Amino acid sequence: MLRDLAKLIGKRFVEFVRYGGGASILLGETLFWIPMPPMRRKQIFEQMSKIGVDSLPIVSLISLFTGMVLALQSAYQMQKISAEIYIAGLVALSMVRELGPVLTALIVAGRIGASITAEVGTMKVTEQIDALETLATNPVKYLVVPRFLALVIMIPLLTLYADVIGGLGGYLIGVHKLNITHAMYMKMTWKALKYKDVYTGLIKSVFFAVIICIVACYEGMRAEGGAEGVGRATTSSVVTSFILIIASDCFFTALFYFLT
Amino acid sequence: MIEIINVSKSFDGHKELDNLNLNIKTGESTVIIGRSGCGKSVLLKHIIGLLKPDSGHVLIDGKDITRMDEKELSAVRLKFGMLFQGAALFDSLNILENVGFALIEHTNTPRADIIKRVKESLTLVGLKDIEYKKPAELSGGMRKRVGLARAILVRPEIMLYDEPTTGVDPIMGDSINDLIIKLHTKLNVTSIAVTHDMISAYKIADRVAMLYNGKIVADGTPDEIKNTKDPIVRQFITGAGTGPITEGIDFEHLV
Repeated sequence: MLRDLAKLIGKRFVEFVRYGGGASILLGETLFWIPMPPMRRKQIFEQMSKIGVDSLPIVSLISLFTGMVLALQSAYQMQKISAEIYIAGLVALSMVRELGPVLTALIVAGRIGASITAEVGTMKVTEQIDALETLATNPVKYLVVPRFLALVIMIPLLTLYADVIGGLGGYLIGVHKLNITHAMYMKMTWKALKYKDVYTGLIKSVFFAVIICIVACYEGMRAEGGAEGVGRATTSSVVTSFILIIASDCFFTALFYFLT
Repeated sequence: MIEIINVSKSFDGHKELDNLNLNIKTGESTVIIGRSGCGKSVLLKHIIGLLKPDSGHVLIDGKDITRMDEKELSAVRLKFGMLFQGAALFDSLNILENVGFALIEHTNTPRADIIKRVKESLTLVGLKDIEYKKPAELSGGMRKRVGLARAILVRPEIMLYDEPTTGVDPIMGDSINDLIIKLHTKLNVTSIAVTHDMISAYKIADRVAMLYNGKIVADGTPDEIKNTKDPIVRQFITGAGTGPITEGIDFEHLV
């Protein structure tokens, strides 16, 4: 019984180390291939449009509602001490420092990470990745690099957009529901925000982009066992990305807290 | 000349190739036969360097590809053309981009020339006017032909075929066999095919080798294989349900 447990823990540990190693190698290869010609502009722009432009509606919806909910929930407490005007700063800070980067990353991991894994995984099980290699084309250069660059560019931009829309959600509730004046709301927002809040949020979002791309592509490239295997890889890709995004968010928040 | 020397490969503790040795002469058409899942495709993937052996060497024209880096291997791979079992066409690209892939990726050939070369390749495999279709719009047989057209575009010296007739009807299968023979003679390539389709094997092979339990257990001309007394080979080529290959396996419960 105890031996079985030890075996299970050992097996899981080996799998964990193997996964970490494999994903790190993929990241290393991706970074190696980025500066190598040719620069696949067409593919990068296609991916940027898929990741960025096509994600705008869902990011708008979720950020707007989150901003509104944040304002409403805090109003619930703030009204008791007549401190509603601080809602502006609270919404802005929460969105810019935390919810903007994390929510955007989670949305993209679910929407784009899953589709990358399904696409790359299908290519793997139908031998298209082998075919790429037989045609003397490196699969990391051809498949991973354009997605990596597109994600690293688009996720911070989407995050900025989510910050603004979230702020707008808070503004709508603050000005139209809680009767804070426009001028006051804007003043309190700008007063609370510092450049550091924005750029730490953006730094986080770049790391989230790296996580989403590497996990999604790695899961796809190791998929096996037909449609079922691709399905399994896709689920695993989303779950792993979610966990890593939340865990690294905690890590970075602590890091920025102690560093500055 | 392709030399496979003492190659072993295991997956999850199961030995797919076990100290395997095989030499293939330039210009020869070799067919490797064996049961499904016996490691034929694994062997093929070792020849083109898609898989690296656990031990042993694969020499292409005297150069060991198991020790090559990515760049050297890419250069060697351009000598090869490979037809995959499911054709492995790129879903996101149209037929023109699929067939012309190597030229688009690795050369600065003008688009008009690429279209011309792609059309030539497609004509060689008996297809026309499908350049702007997507692979999903084609039948299984047509996809295989497109896969073949893609493989021969850069005029390879060595052609590898993974189960060329699997998944297509017998008539299409036979026309693919004819194509393989045509390419072999017309383009003067070294052909290596793996299959369990004996009709195809007899038709396209100058030489047949049988893979069994990770080793080459028989090697000869189609006639020699046809007339062999080796019980393992006999059972396989005649497709008998009982014999040394299936010894100890009870098929009764399937009936």
